[in-house]
Amino acid sequence: MPQNEYIEQHIKQHGRRLDYEERKRKREARELHKVAENAQTLKGWKGKQFAKKRYSEKVAMRKKIKAHEESKVKGPKKPKEDDGEALPTYLLDRQQQTTAKAITSSLKQKRMEKADKFSVPLPKVRGISEEEMFKVVKTGKSKSKSWKRMITKHTFVGEGFTRRPVKLERIIRPSALRQKKANVTHPELKVTVLLPILSVKKNPQSPMYTTLGVLTKGTIIEVNVSEMGMVTAGGKVVWGKYAQITNEPDRDGVVNAVLLV
Amino acid sequence: MATLIPPPSKKQKKEAQLPREVDIVPKDLPDVLIKFQASDSGETVGSSIRVPGGITERQLEELLNQLQNNTDEPVAYSFAVQNGDNLIDVKDNIYFSVLKPGIKTTEDTLTLVFTPRAVFKVRPVTRSSGTISGHGATILAAQFPPSTSGYFVTGAGDSTARLWDCHTQTIKATMNGHSNWVLCVAYSPFGDVVATGSMDGSVRLWDGKTGAPIGSSLTGHSKFVSSLAWEPAHLVQPGDSPRLVSASKDGTLKLWNTAMKRCEMTLSGHSSSVSCVKWGGTNLIYSGSHDKTIKVWDAKEGKCIQTLKAHGHWINHIALSTDFALRSGPFDHTGTTPKDDAERQARALKNYEKVAKVGGKIVERMVSASDDFTMFLWEPARSNKPICRMTGHQKLVNHVSFSPDGRYITSASFDNSIKLWDGRDGKFLATFRGHVAAVYQTAWSSDNRLLVSCSKDTTLKVWDVRTRKLLSDLPGHADEVYAVDWSLDGARVVSGGKDKMVRIWTH
Repeated sequence: MPQNEYIEQHIKQHGRRLDYEERKRKREARELHKVAENAQTLKGWKGKQFAKKRYSEKVAMRKKIKAHEESKVKGPKKPKEDDGEALPTYLLDRQQQTTAKAITSSLKQKRMEKADKFSVPLPKVRGISEEEMFKVVKTGKSKSKSWKRMITKHTFVGEGFTRRPVKLERIIRPSALRQKKANVTHPELKVTVLLPILSVKKNPQSPMYTTLGVLTKGTIIEVNVSEMGMVTAGGKVVWGKYAQITNEPDRDGVVNAVLLV
Repeated sequence: MATLIPPPSKKQKKEAQLPREVDIVPKDLPDVLIKFQASDSGETVGSSIRVPGGITERQLEELLNQLQNNTDEPVAYSFAVQNGDNLIDVKDNIYFSVLKPGIKTTEDTLTLVFTPRAVFKVRPVTRSSGTISGHGATILAAQFPPSTSGYFVTGAGDSTARLWDCHTQTIKATMNGHSNWVLCVAYSPFGDVVATGSMDGSVRLWDGKTGAPIGSSLTGHSKFVSSLAWEPAHLVQPGDSPRLVSASKDGTLKLWNTAMKRCEMTLSGHSSSVSCVKWGGTNLIYSGSHDKTIKVWDAKEGKCIQTLKAHGHWINHIALSTDFALRSGPFDHTGTTPKDDAERQARALKNYEKVAKVGGKIVERMVSASDDFTMFLWEPARSNKPICRMTGHQKLVNHVSFSPDGRYITSASFDNSIKLWDGRDGKFLATFRGHVAAVYQTAWSSDNRLLVSCSKDTTLKVWDVRTRKLLSDLPGHADEVYAVDWSLDGARVVSGGKDKMVRIWTH
């Protein structure tokens, strides 16, 4: 490995050999003969590789020639193909925010195909046992009672939640494992936005986990998409939208979800 | 779990208990002296009259009609009280508009400036009477001819313009010829020719009724054509055909002779894209550009008379107080067509002067909307300084329009609101809120009472200017609405946008 640009430096300082240009021209002239010879003599794998490369070069060349010939032909211009991007004059020189737009149009597309209304990206998830979900909390003076449980997974508790009195709180949802926001990916746009969670709609493990707001892989949550600026057909801002959790939040510490469109 | 509405706060409760004002005219109100003055000619009608202080607008109207001896065919008027230089509109009655706020006392002589109101009434559009498909791409422009609401033209991203029949709701003609998006369409003031400007930099002319091409394309612009304006009908000599001016992104304006199909003049001077061009009734051409200036050109010689500089960013749109009169040319609400060219010119001039004459002089005001969130009101014939700077929008202002009589200005902005301003002095009057996304364009009904707006939120909304409220919400489009136009007889509204559908809205 050269440690510096010493070749270039040398050329700059001393110039090239006096016959450099001539040698170069001769080498280039000889190159064609070499290729022709290779084309005739190379055998086996080498020959195959060579033929493939030669073929693709020739195709590219032919295409280029054709394009040049077409550009010279005079005649009435064909109308431009519609690419769905026509804009009125007052929007022409502006930077477009296309993300939200694409979301709405894809929404509409989906609404038309009513059939896969109920399909979700993650149709099956691993079952979670009660032992894994709950940790037993021993209570009482001599820690002999074990009616209290603590959830070991991440949860969503909602706005304005206050814990029940200690004596009555059977299931603890630790505040360190509470989540308010989710990284929601739009499947077609491949954009990810951090959006506030509104509610937990369905936990596939058990209806009880749904009411508790447990966030596991495959859970359907409702997220607030108002900042994406989507609009309904009636001209109202869409703000609640469903999303499915794609990771195991207790392993990553964040909630990643995919928008159901 | 049902949502509980929070109980009213202490402040709200206290406010509810406060004594409220009741609209009653006091019985012991003395009489006032009034004097009628016409707003257009500045002449006074009759001498000063003593009337009760609580006289209503309707009673004033009756009185004025009697003074002018037209009791058989009474004309509707609106009144304003002169207070120094500005005018205060009389709504309801004199007591509430003038005496109670303490603007004038019963001792003063009130000069009532009257303006005739539109004698006809446009009914608000409430439903979509037809959805017509046909365009293969986004619809970018739509316009009714000045003479009728029976057909209209749209321009679209599929490189065609189409002529539609409103009665049968079908395509009358497809105008093929452009090789790129058709960005703007404009009917000549006589309604016989329609011009289209395109992304390919050419302008084409078509027969206004049949859609047949007239000559080949008018080429010359090196970039897309952004705006078109026709020569006002009253400036066209009998036997001539009106000229056309086109504005382009290449920073030039071109003046076309539509009879000879050739470019008469190229007006260059702007250093950036020209976004809007208007041809005023005093034979001046106004052009707003992305180089932050408005230039006023003499249409006869092609000289730049004035350069109006005040904006801090692109100029998006300009509007004239006489826009509606210039667009309608010789036609009016009666629907009659002039017999010959001389009558045509005379009627166009009459239409124009009805709007433009204030106090016996022709006054043409112009308003410009800009990317710097403000608008300026100008009177270019008098001064190169603006009359007023209109601030209030929180995002760029995309479109401005004067009401047909020039009394009001509306501005459509990307901050989801439409604002109403006084057309004479640029004072802020009201905000119309309701759209949930950028508002693109507005169109006035010809009787000055209603306004329709189109928006990115896929709806059209009709607003009542008098009450300043939303009158009807018109959902129906499946995507952004880019173009809207109200026919000059008020019968129909047409809209088009990204969902490739043309919609016709009626009462």
